[in-house]
Amino acid sequence: MNNVFVYCELEGTTVADVSLELLTKGRKLANQLNCQLEAIVAGKGLDGVEKQVLPYGVDKLHIFDAPGLFPYTSLPHSSILINLFKEEKPQICLMGATVIGRDLGPRVSSALTSGLTADCTSLEIGNHEDKKAGITYENLLYQIRPAFGGNIVATIINPEHRPQMATVREGVMKKEILDTHYKGKVEKHDVAKYVQETDYVVKVIDRHVEKAKHNLKGAPIVVAGGYGVGSKENFDLLFDLAKELHAEVGASRAAVDAGFCDHDRQIGQTGLTVRPKLYIACGISGQIQHIAGMQDAGIIISINNDENAPINTIADYVINGTVEEVLPKMIKYYKQNTK
Amino acid sequence: MSLKIIVLAKQVPDTRNVGKDAMKADGTVNRAALPAIFNPEDLNALEQALRLKDAHPGTTVTLLTMGPGRAAEVIREGLYRGADGGYLLTDRAFAGADTLATSYALATAIKKIKDYDIIIGGRQAIDGDTAQVGPQVAEKLGVTQITYAEEILNVDQKARRITVKRHIDGGVETAEGPLPIVITVNGSAAPCRPRNAKLVQKYKRALGAQEKAAINLATEYIPYADLYEKYPYLNITEWSVADVEGDVAQCGLSGSPTKVKTIENIVFQAKESKTLSSSDRDIEDMIVELLANHTIG
Repeated sequence: MNNVFVYCELEGTTVADVSLELLTKGRKLANQLNCQLEAIVAGKGLDGVEKQVLPYGVDKLHIFDAPGLFPYTSLPHSSILINLFKEEKPQICLMGATVIGRDLGPRVSSALTSGLTADCTSLEIGNHEDKKAGITYENLLYQIRPAFGGNIVATIINPEHRPQMATVREGVMKKEILDTHYKGKVEKHDVAKYVQETDYVVKVIDRHVEKAKHNLKGAPIVVAGGYGVGSKENFDLLFDLAKELHAEVGASRAAVDAGFCDHDRQIGQTGLTVRPKLYIACGISGQIQHIAGMQDAGIIISINNDENAPINTIADYVINGTVEEVLPKMIKYYKQNTK
Repeated sequence: MSLKIIVLAKQVPDTRNVGKDAMKADGTVNRAALPAIFNPEDLNALEQALRLKDAHPGTTVTLLTMGPGRAAEVIREGLYRGADGGYLLTDRAFAGADTLATSYALATAIKKIKDYDIIIGGRQAIDGDTAQVGPQVAEKLGVTQITYAEEILNVDQKARRITVKRHIDGGVETAEGPLPIVITVNGSAAPCRPRNAKLVQKYKRALGAQEKAAINLATEYIPYADLYEKYPYLNITEWSVADVEGDVAQCGLSGSPTKVKTIENIVFQAKESKTLSSSDRDIEDMIVELLANHTIG
């Protein structure tokens, strides 16, 4: 009872990276709280799925295996979590800030009237003193996220309601196997006890999942553009440089909103989180929401004609200039010096 | 065959265009400096609703929003584009609501509207980016949901089924669900049609009670006051907690399980950085340095 739970998302029978990252974080939180880490998987054909999950330090895995549970639809998965949580009373529940997590989390939190914080960039344990009420709450989950267009960072807490729920985007937390032979319990549940037949009302009639068109997440070098790049045509310069450096191209939300670049290349709190060894920021001002997705880059180059762009304060190299001027020169001198 | 559609829309500060005066000296957000706009993805949702209205004659599209008196602007904007009417939920008791208290308030208002086939809204609002209100409203109403919709492909009124193309991680999916249902629409869906000039003429004087009251104070009379008796559609309905028979304890701050513990301003830890010009020499030096330490190459 009162353990840390992670909902593990599946594509087919493979547990999503974001869930494994959350198991790693969940293990640390459970250690701090001196409780156990439990995980939930729901899908079909899940024999042996525990091999993917237990090594992250999971003390108990709850398996829900039934034909109607993959592909994901809202009601069956919600019913599983709602009913299981009524029995298990977790203190914390984490899930990926994915399409599935953002469909499922709110529904579950609404049914349990618990709070839910979306897209957290950091999770910590701490106390909270409510001076007005004269109560001190111990060991709360601090759900930390940028807010209000990234101008502020807010720490959100749920003093009274359980579970404390949070979603986190893929790549924000680090994935780390604790022990390949970690001994955890596995419990296979009778799905019909948790899900009513009437929950299977939505039918998925067609489904296409493509491998990502790019490997932005794993790329050692990222060339990213912001609104300051100015146009879709200028973005081609970024692709040219990326081709030379064997890099991937990313974009800030402003550039994506302006139509300069595809949405699937967006870096930041509401996009991808990247940790390249080199990040070349072109015409990116550096709102905190963007910084949240790239601040762990090894070396940062900022190309900007605004000397006061916030991103310059975290850059290793600040180049005062425009993208049109600087990128062709970088390509030229890279070619010259690598011949 | 007609449908009854409720569009959930929110007036939001335009956080995409935050200027230098967006923060006050004490570090709090200066909301007054940010223009209030129709939440972009709610416009995508409105378009999907209006397309259904085009395809299913007799369909009504009703907007529902929550906010201060000036949020009646959202309803006017919807009327200009083809919606049939709207409700503004407005009450001090709604203030400070997190997503749960917001969805409670919206759900009680929808229960008062009572008759609906489709509730549709944007996937998320740009001032919070949580994407929670849609699914939470669905849960409170006890209906199912399809989120991240790209396009409503079909509504079969006989079978009471809706077919929706939706975005999923790494792909697309076509899902079919029952009516009534909650749909949330992605920003990548079709953009909303522009205002219709005739509808702008028709509705430009549509006002909520608080807006009328504000005019009254400023000028001592409402221009064209008799219009509002002659043309009832110019009165934008405002609902309080009492009007929707809401439980005050579940609204606003008191109905919100999440609390903001602290808010910090962003202060970047300045690094030692090298500042370069865009001259050939500076760029070449940098490239040579990065090659030498194997950052690139």
